[in-house]
Amino acid sequence: MAHISDTLTSAAAGRQPVFRFVRVARQRALVLIGGGLLLLLILLALAAPFYAGDPRNIDPFVRLKPPSPEHWFGTDHLGRDVFARAIYGARISLTVGLISALLAAGTGLLIGVVAGYLRKFDNIIMRIMDALMSIPTILLAIALISLTGPGIGILIVAVALPQTPSVTRLVRSVVLSVRERSYVEAAVCGGARLPKVLWRHVLPNTIPPLMVQSAIVCADAIMTEAGLSFLGVGVPPEIPSWGNMIASSRLYLATAPLTIFAPGIFLAVTVLAVNLLGDGLRDLFDPRAKRRR
Amino acid sequence: MAFYLLRRMVSAIAVMAMVGVFVFLLIRLAPGDPAVVLAGPSATEQMVANIREQLGLNDPLPIQFVHWMRDLLGGDFGTSIFSGRLVLDLLAQRLEPTLSLSLLTLALSVTVGVSFGILAAWRAGGLVDRLLLVFSAFGYSVPVFVIGYFLVYLLAIGTGWLPVQGYAPIGDGLSRWFVHLILPTVTLSVPYIAFVARIARASMLEVLTEDYMRTAAAKGASSYAMLFHHALKNAGVPILTVIGLSFAYLIGGVVLTETVYNIPGVGRLVVDAINNRDYPIIQSVLILTSGLYVLINLAVDLAYTLIDPRIRY
Repeated sequence: MAHISDTLTSAAAGRQPVFRFVRVARQRALVLIGGGLLLLLILLALAAPFYAGDPRNIDPFVRLKPPSPEHWFGTDHLGRDVFARAIYGARISLTVGLISALLAAGTGLLIGVVAGYLRKFDNIIMRIMDALMSIPTILLAIALISLTGPGIGILIVAVALPQTPSVTRLVRSVVLSVRERSYVEAAVCGGARLPKVLWRHVLPNTIPPLMVQSAIVCADAIMTEAGLSFLGVGVPPEIPSWGNMIASSRLYLATAPLTIFAPGIFLAVTVLAVNLLGDGLRDLFDPRAKRRR
Repeated sequence: MAFYLLRRMVSAIAVMAMVGVFVFLLIRLAPGDPAVVLAGPSATEQMVANIREQLGLNDPLPIQFVHWMRDLLGGDFGTSIFSGRLVLDLLAQRLEPTLSLSLLTLALSVTVGVSFGILAAWRAGGLVDRLLLVFSAFGYSVPVFVIGYFLVYLLAIGTGWLPVQGYAPIGDGLSRWFVHLILPTVTLSVPYIAFVARIARASMLEVLTEDYMRTAAAKGASSYAMLFHHALKNAGVPILTVIGLSFAYLIGGVVLTETVYNIPGVGRLVVDAINNRDYPIIQSVLILTSGLYVLINLAVDLAYTLIDPRIRY
């Protein structure tokens, strides 16, 4: 009964602009909150030089100090400003997370389309993906990084590679179902060439699920980067990142807990924002999933 | 059944072979001379030459691969470059803490996660369900090492109830072993419980709408009987599948948790191996974990016939 009255009120509400805005906003609350939060973090990170101090400024006289008006989150064991470092840490974490997610999504899309459409390669490609999925994310990334030593370039690749199989599988399954549709058949019969069929008919269908998956991949990528930096093989120590901030402050948990919790909370909020955005996008593209969840 | 079993085995072997090729090529296709990479930055010319000779790096790639595979299948995982000891011996030493942590986490997460998921699905939209939604948003977003330090701060440093870090071998007494593992297990379980509970909830929700559930209710089955006898048995297959697939995820968490609590397990061994550029160790752990993953999922597939007698391959 409750959902019937719900439908009636929202149908009535749809007629008035104000109510329609509320309805749309409620429908997209997750996208708005997640996206807004993420945008805010990006802006904070970009504007860092204007309001945060120098994250590398070492001051031995103010080591491990509690929060104060000069140092909002206190200072770490070298007297560096924890707030500045957390804000600058957002830069590297977001950059590595977003670029890796883009890289994984792009590569996965390409491979997935090939596997789904050119059946010759399907079996071999999917077995390679199975193999990649059977290795734990962090271990796979560690193996790649161990070849060259820590660096931002290898880090991005190492974070992106373990994420590629999930994207590939998803794109392949969409392509497999789309290629049997009559409009694809019609296009092929009409003499459309393969690139055109893929571009015009197949690719657009992969975009909505790909966006949802990209959000999941991005959240995972940010977590992986933080994990690797925490282990000491991710972002080099001279660049502040949330993971390596936590690692370098491990010994000071009892005396200066904020040195660990400040980057930890930033990290959690960022991942939460990306996850909310992903959940919201999924509800938007696949309303049935919402009821099941 | 026999045919299915055979096909499943073949694909498991194919995946393992792929992992083998990947791990083999990784070091050989990496920029620079693999012998130099393996020898480390402080190696002399002679050491590099020795390693090259020892690993047969002067042979053509396919021959190298055959030799390498033959050694692996014979149980020869090579020797650690840093310590000069057999990789398998090093791994065996580190196995107990890692196994303890993984199994305790699995036990805790599956019992709590499945119960949590069942309760949430039973009264979908109710208090427990909302609680699960919040808990899983939290569990998915906070990295294990942040959860770890938070718990340490709260329950070890703040109150002194539990040890801050370290590991006590099971041989030194069961209670000491257990006390040292409480925090690491809870830490690693947080995301895992969220994960298992969400899957359990989704798969229970699906089952609860089936006709036989209505029939069970109509003939007056108790809530307990309905949930555990009629629903869980049917919801069990997807839950088990996902637990099998999430093994790789568990191992990733183990590496981080061991670092937080300074547990001398396989995870620490790998992390130390990167700093020492001890590639044979990394290689072996990659192959062994992925082999374990393939085996576990094979076992899970076969276990279906036990849970659900309707499944016949």
